[in-house]
Amino acid sequence: MSMNNVGRPTAPQSTTASGGFSSLTGGRGLLQDEVLIFERGGWNKTGVDLPEATIQADDLGDLIRTAPIGLPGLSEPETMRHYVRLSQKNHAIDLALYPLGSCTMKHNPRLNEKLARLSGFADIHPLQPQSTVPGALELMDRLAHWLKTLTGMPAVALTPKAGAHGELCGILAIRAAHEARGDDARKVVLVPTSAHGTNPATAAFVGYSVREIAQTDDGRVDLADLEAKLGPDVAAIMVTNPNTCGLFERDIVEIARLTHAAGAYFYCDGANFNAIVGRVRPGDLGVDAMHINLHKTFSTPHGGGGPGAGPVVLSEALAPFAPTPWLVHGPDGLRLEEEAVGEAAQAFGRMSAFHGQMGMYVRAYAYMRSHGADGLKQVAEDAVLNANYIKARLSDVMSPAFPDGPCMHEALFDDEWLEGTGVTTLDFAKAMIDEGFHPMTMYFPLVVHGAMLIEPTETESKHELDRFITALRALAEAAKAGDADRFKGAPHLAPMRRLDETLAARKPRLRWRPEAPASLAAQ
Amino acid sequence: MRYLPLTPEDRREMLGAIGVDDIDALFVDVPRSAVLDGPVDLPGFAGELEVERELGALAGRNVAAGSVPFFCGAGAYRHHVPASVDHIIQRSEFLTSYTPYQPEIAQGTLQVLFEFQTQVAALTGMEVANASLYDGSTAAAEAVMMASRVTRRGKAVMSGGLHPHYVQSVENLAHASGVATVRLDPAIDAEDAVIAAIDGDTACVVVQTPNVFGTATDVSKIAAAAQAAGALMIVVTTEAVSFGMLKSPGEMGADIAVAEGQSIGNALNFGGPYVGLFACREKLVRQAPGRLCGETVDADGQRGFVLTLSTREQHIRRDKATSNICTNSGLCALAFSIHMSLLGEVGLRRLAALNHQQAMKTKIALASVAGVEVLTPRFFNEFAVRLPRPAAEVVEALAARGVIAGVPYSRLNPGAGLEDVLLVCATETVTDGDIETFKTELAEVLA
Repeated sequence: MSMNNVGRPTAPQSTTASGGFSSLTGGRGLLQDEVLIFERGGWNKTGVDLPEATIQADDLGDLIRTAPIGLPGLSEPETMRHYVRLSQKNHAIDLALYPLGSCTMKHNPRLNEKLARLSGFADIHPLQPQSTVPGALELMDRLAHWLKTLTGMPAVALTPKAGAHGELCGILAIRAAHEARGDDARKVVLVPTSAHGTNPATAAFVGYSVREIAQTDDGRVDLADLEAKLGPDVAAIMVTNPNTCGLFERDIVEIARLTHAAGAYFYCDGANFNAIVGRVRPGDLGVDAMHINLHKTFSTPHGGGGPGAGPVVLSEALAPFAPTPWLVHGPDGLRLEEEAVGEAAQAFGRMSAFHGQMGMYVRAYAYMRSHGADGLKQVAEDAVLNANYIKARLSDVMSPAFPDGPCMHEALFDDEWLEGTGVTTLDFAKAMIDEGFHPMTMYFPLVVHGAMLIEPTETESKHELDRFITALRALAEAAKAGDADRFKGAPHLAPMRRLDETLAARKPRLRWRPEAPASLAAQ
Repeated sequence: MRYLPLTPEDRREMLGAIGVDDIDALFVDVPRSAVLDGPVDLPGFAGELEVERELGALAGRNVAAGSVPFFCGAGAYRHHVPASVDHIIQRSEFLTSYTPYQPEIAQGTLQVLFEFQTQVAALTGMEVANASLYDGSTAAAEAVMMASRVTRRGKAVMSGGLHPHYVQSVENLAHASGVATVRLDPAIDAEDAVIAAIDGDTACVVVQTPNVFGTATDVSKIAAAAQAAGALMIVVTTEAVSFGMLKSPGEMGADIAVAEGQSIGNALNFGGPYVGLFACREKLVRQAPGRLCGETVDADGQRGFVLTLSTREQHIRRDKATSNICTNSGLCALAFSIHMSLLGEVGLRRLAALNHQQAMKTKIALASVAGVEVLTPRFFNEFAVRLPRPAAEVVEALAARGVIAGVPYSRLNPGAGLEDVLLVCATETVTDGDIETFKTELAEVLA
C-alpha cells in the first residue's frame, strides 16, 4: 500500500473489476490520487503575483499577526491539477441522471452562469448608492413579479438564503402576525410525520413546540388527526405539497380551510413546487407562506451543497410582516426599503446582512424567462411524466410505496421487494453507483420502510431514463437471484469503497494537523 | 424548448407505457378548481439571444465597481480574484453536484471541504471550523444561539462596533427563540464598554474586529472578562483578508470565531451569495451548527472523507437539531479555498499589506481635504471619517461625478445620529490615481 508523505495510505487497492491488476506506483490509470494541499509543502509558495507593500503597518503595533498562520500555497498549474483531479472523484448532473428525490437535480443552463457573471450584476456592491444600481433593482422586481404570478400570491420576501432560511422567514412572519393581534397563546406548530427535517427544526429553532400529524394509508395528511390537533394553541401548520411521498395532497384546500378556521396560518414547504409550476398556483389552495427553492424549481446550480436561495411568497395577511429590506415603487422608480420605519414598522426584522442571493436571482430569472409561461408548464408536466414512467417501468420488479394512482414528480418505493434477499436499501443504492448512477434518496420520507425516492426531473431524455430503468431492473433481478455479494461490497467501481461513517463520528478528525498519526487504519 | 429533451413522440410513448391517455390523467389528485385553464399571465419562452439581450440591458444600467474609483466596504469587499478560481468552480463536477451525502462518489467536494475547514481554522486561529454557513451575519446569529445552548444562559451582549446589519440579524433570531440581547451604543473605539455590560446571565459577548468603523482591536481583555463570568467570547470579522495581517481571534482568546468569507475568492454579487466562516474550540463542536466534514477510511482502509457528526443536524435530529440549516455555501467555500490555496500564507500576507497600504494612502489623502476628520485610530483597510455635511448627500454628489465614495454609516443605522460619518474602504484594487480622484472630487463637493 502506498503512503503519502505523512505516512497515510493513499493508493486505491485493486478491485475485482480490474481483475486483481495493480499498477507499479499505486496509480489507477487516469484516476489520479491527490494528497491534501497541506501534505505537499509549499509553505513559502504563492500562485498570485503581488507587489510588496512599501508602507509598513507600524501603526498597528502588537495587533500585527507574527506567528505562522499555516497556509500552503500552490502555483497556478499545481492549483489546476489539484482541483481538476479532485473534481474527477465527483458524480455530477452533467455526467448522468442524479435521481435524488426531494433534491431536484436538473440540468443547469450555462447561459445563466454567463449572465450572473456580467459585471453589472457580479461586480456591484450591496451598499453602493441605490441610484447606481437601477438595473439590479429592476431585475429583483421582475423576479418578484414572476414568483408572485406563478404562485398566485400578492407578496414575496426575496432575502432568505436557502430553503430552510425561507422556512425561518415564513414562520417568523407568522409569529409576528399572531403577536400583532395580541395572540401570544399559540405555541405549537403542526408538522406531518413525512415532513422534511428542516420543518420541525425550524419551528423548534424559534421556540415552537412541534406536534406531528398522522398520515393516511395512501400517503396524505390525516384530516381527522389534523382536526383533532388544531386548536387555539396552534400557530401554524407546515405541509409540503406535493408531499415528500411524491403525492399531491388531495385535501389541500380543506387543510387550509381547517387551519384558518382554527386561527392558524398555513405554511407550505415549496421544495416540490417544480411538480406543479405553471399548472397550479399555491395561492389558489389557501397557502399563507411558501418558500421557493430557486436551486430546485428554477435550476440554480447546487454547487456541491449550496449556495441556494429561498424567497418566500406571502398572503395578504402575512405581507405586512415581511422582513427588511424590500422593494418599493416610488416616484423616482424602484427603491430598496432597508429599515422598518413608519408604515413598515411591522416587519419582523432582518434575515441577513444584505439583500439576498443576487447571483441566484439572475440565474433563476434567466431560467424562467427562457422557459416562459408555456415552458414552465411543460417543465411540470415532463417532470411528472418522467417520474410516472419510471414508476410504471419498475413496478413489476420493485414495490411502489403507493401503487394506486399516479405520483407527481418523484416515484417512491419501499423495501418490501428486497425481503429475504439479504440486500438493504443502502446496499441497493450503493450498487447503483457501480452501474454509473447516483443513488436515489434513501430512508426518506421516514414514514416508508427502507424508502427509495426517485426524482428524475424534466431534463432527462427518454434515452437516459431507459438506461436508468435497464440498470435498476438488472440490479433488482440480481438481488432477487441471490447475488448479495454484489450489493454488500458495493460500490466496487467508485473512486472509493464504502466509507466508515461510524469511525468518522466516533473519533472526529475535522482538519488536517501536522502531527497526524501514521494511519487511521491502524486504530 | 432547449432544456427539455422529450419529443412529442417520446411523451406519447411514455404515456402509453404508463397506461394513461393524456398528461392530465397524471394530475388527477389536484382539485379541479385549482388547475389553471391556460398558461399563467407571463411571456412565452425566449431564446438565448433574447434573454441575453434583456439581462445584458439590465446589467448595463448598473455602475460596476471596477469601472469607477470605488471605496465601499462595510461587510462586502472588492478584491481581485484570479481567473483560475472561476474556471475551476464552473467545472461540471463541482458546479452540478449535490451535497456529498454519497461519499464514494463525492470525494472531490469532501476533500475540498476538509481543506477548507483546515484553512478556516488556521486563518481564525481556532481549533476546528465547519463547512460554512450562508454568510457572516447569519453565522454570527448561529454563534449566539450556540453560545446560549452551551452556557444555558439567555443573554447576548453586542458591542457598539458590530455591523448594525449583523446586530439586526442576531436580534431577529435571538428574540424569536427567547434570547435577550444588549446592544451597546455605536462606538468607534470603546470596546471596554463591553466588559462593563457582562454579568452572570450573559451567554456571550459579540465583538467585531476590525469593527464596522474599521477599528482593529485586541479583544484579549474582553475575552478574559467574558470567560471569567462564564460567558463565551464570539469574535466577528467581516473582512477575511485582515487575517493575513492582524492577530487572529484564536490568539486573542475567542471561543467562537465567525467571519464573512466573501473577500477571498468571491465577487461582490450585490450582497450574495457569500460564504459564512464558522470556527470554534474543539470541545464545543458538538453544539456547532451546519455541516462538518471529517476524515475516515473506506472498506479497503484508504483514507477518505465524509460528512460527520450529523446527529446535530435537522435531517437526523429534526426538532432537536442544533440549527435548522440544511445547506452550506459549498461553491462559494470552494472558491474561497481555491483562492486561499493560490495565495498561500505568503500571498495572503502580501495582499493584506497592500490593502493596508492603499487604505493608509487614502486616509492621508482624505485627511488633507478641508473639513474632513479621520475618526478611526488604527485600521486594516477601512476607516471612518466625519464630514462637514451629511454623508449620504456627499456620497450621492460624488456618485454623480463618477466616484463611489463609501458607505454612509447612517444607511446602516439611521437612528444613531451619525449622519456625518462616512465609512471608507480601500483594497488592493484601488489605484493611487483613484485615491487622487477621490480627494480632488471630494474637495470640490465640500467646497
